[in-house]
Amino acid sequence: MGVNREVKRSFWVKLVGAPIAMFLFAYALVPLYDVLCEITGFNGTTGKIDQESNFVVDENRKVNVNFFAATMPGFPVQFYPKDVSMDVVPGKFYSTSYIAKNNSGKEIIGQAVPSVAPTDAAANFRKLECFCFNKQVFKPGEEVEMPIRFVIEPGMDEHIKDVSLSYNFFKLES
Amino acid sequence: MATDTIAAHDDHHHGPEKGLLRWVKTTNHKDIGSLYLWFSFMMLLVGGAFAMVIRAELFMPGIQVVDPHFFNSMTTMHGLIMVFGAIMPAFVGLGNWLIPMMVGAPDMALPRMNNWSFWILPFAGAILLSTFFMEGGAPAFGWTFYAPLSTTFAPDSTDFFIFAVHLLGFSSIMGAINIIATVLNMRAPDMKLMDMPLFVWTWLITSFLLIGAMPVLAGAVTMMLTDRNFGTSFFDAAGGGDPVMFQHIFWFFGHPEVYIMILPAFGVISHIIPTFARKPLFGYSSMVYATAAIAFLSYIVWAHHMFLTGMPVAGQLYFMYATMLIAVPTGVKVFNWVATMWKGSMTFETPMLWALSFVFLFTIGGFSGLMLGIVPADIQYHDTYFVVAHFHYVLVTGALWSIIAAVFYWFPKWTGKMYNESLAKIHFWWSIISVNILFFPQHFLGLAGMPRRIPDYNLQFADFNMISSIGAFMFGASFILFTYIIIDGIRNGKPAKARPWESAKGLEWTLGSPAEYHSFDKAPSRKAIEQESQHTSVA
Repeated sequence: MGVNREVKRSFWVKLVGAPIAMFLFAYALVPLYDVLCEITGFNGTTGKIDQESNFVVDENRKVNVNFFAATMPGFPVQFYPKDVSMDVVPGKFYSTSYIAKNNSGKEIIGQAVPSVAPTDAAANFRKLECFCFNKQVFKPGEEVEMPIRFVIEPGMDEHIKDVSLSYNFFKLES
Repeated sequence: MATDTIAAHDDHHHGPEKGLLRWVKTTNHKDIGSLYLWFSFMMLLVGGAFAMVIRAELFMPGIQVVDPHFFNSMTTMHGLIMVFGAIMPAFVGLGNWLIPMMVGAPDMALPRMNNWSFWILPFAGAILLSTFFMEGGAPAFGWTFYAPLSTTFAPDSTDFFIFAVHLLGFSSIMGAINIIATVLNMRAPDMKLMDMPLFVWTWLITSFLLIGAMPVLAGAVTMMLTDRNFGTSFFDAAGGGDPVMFQHIFWFFGHPEVYIMILPAFGVISHIIPTFARKPLFGYSSMVYATAAIAFLSYIVWAHHMFLTGMPVAGQLYFMYATMLIAVPTGVKVFNWVATMWKGSMTFETPMLWALSFVFLFTIGGFSGLMLGIVPADIQYHDTYFVVAHFHYVLVTGALWSIIAAVFYWFPKWTGKMYNESLAKIHFWWSIISVNILFFPQHFLGLAGMPRRIPDYNLQFADFNMISSIGAFMFGASFILFTYIIIDGIRNGKPAKARPWESAKGLEWTLGSPAEYHSFDKAPSRKAIEQESQHTSVA
């Protein structure tokens, strides 16, 4: 009595291994999620572009890009876009900048996190240069102009007429 | 480990130990089943008390009874206690009691681990409840504990909550491993997989959901723990993490979790309806396949909880259609139950009343779920009382209903006594009327736009909230009667026959009432298995 069937060792290995594997899978979801966001633009993740390539430009198509800025609570830096909006032609590179002024008496280190809406546009919104690629150091009382250079790839869905780019600044400890 | 199992059974000729230590040291599946059921019943009363506080506060507009932070703790702890403390352990308790008897096994495959997986629970529950007495109070970020509310902005007591969730997860995973091992290895040699009763089938599939989903929850809370205390930034955008990713990981666990709480219920109902309709279960194999299909689909629909997090249209469409697809196997089940009753010789003893109302009310919850799965509708319904009404129809009048039905159905087998049938009928009608007064108006509140988890509301919602609260107090009071019926049945009930329901089929009914402390020392024969099959019409 007791065990009625022959139980192989591999049965127990699988049975205990499966929960452990699923625990690790939860961690594997973290890089998987990043990759997925990069490919699909899920969650407004913007892409990078390494050099100014020559896209086929359709001069008749216009997209309105709006710029937004925000800071997390406890981040005493005044932060705003230089241009509120721009009309751009997909395939051409454009430059604009954001302005930041440290109003506190202390040095502040921050990291800007970008997001593009609508999410369908995010995968086609690519940046050559951005202050969000690195953390930024703001000296006390200093005002800086931080450039960005971006392109909207011509492959972007035809129905999209407006794109919003927003940055949110987070405080870093070091 | 296999040899341990045999060793643990060497003492099978003795009865239970005397005194309280019996319950601490027991490795007997019936004892552990009872422990689980009593524990979950106590947690049900605790979680129910929290619900009473919520409904008392929502009785009238304005803040009268508790302060808003405590209200948030109440909604959070009500959800956590009911999900992890009441419903899940109750099903594990039913599984412990019934699965070995239904498959003709002498006990669970890993009896000592079984003892351990139960005794973790009271400690986990105590740790979770102790947060009420800590600085910052109990968790107040909702049972879904979304980051960053639960990481950056939560009190220190959250670490205790994390540890409690770890323990609860350990307990469920061990319970699931035990059930898989029991069903696959300890089944009577002459019982093929497709001979197994549906409760065994649904629990086997649920176990696979548990070992697939609970570790992901453990992963999520571990990431929270390291984010909070060790400087990682899984969910912190400043460090390159993403709070939305928390929701993906949470719901990757969370959606299978809702089927963990309903698949065993489907099993219970599939036992009760054939008994009182006096017909074999209609469409047995389609029931098995439908259960497996639901389990599979439950892993690929999680983001329908997140339609408003900023998802591309293609993602919304995929998750919407995949969600709709679940209605197909679920519909198969509901039609099979109805077809089982078709031209049956039905009688309406208490377990049947609960089972019938399960079919009816669970289906209402299923339909409101379909409505929520439709993206454009969900944009309107998201985070309103419509969602609250939906998941209470599937969890209270679904999962809890089946547990109560199971308690009445197998009560004679467990205790050897009959409960008081007329009191039980009064209790049933009291419950079913009050539960609908409680939850049905919440649909209207949600459609009108009342948000969930908020202690105050606009005047326009006042009437339906008062009706709902009155229903809540009535439903809460019904558990006083329920407790009385159970205790009265155990102490003063008339002795029950071995087969108290005349058409009940299943190996458990071949045992005495109450079932002997050690049963199926000898595995049941092929003939017994065929005779006791609930789904073939062998006379």
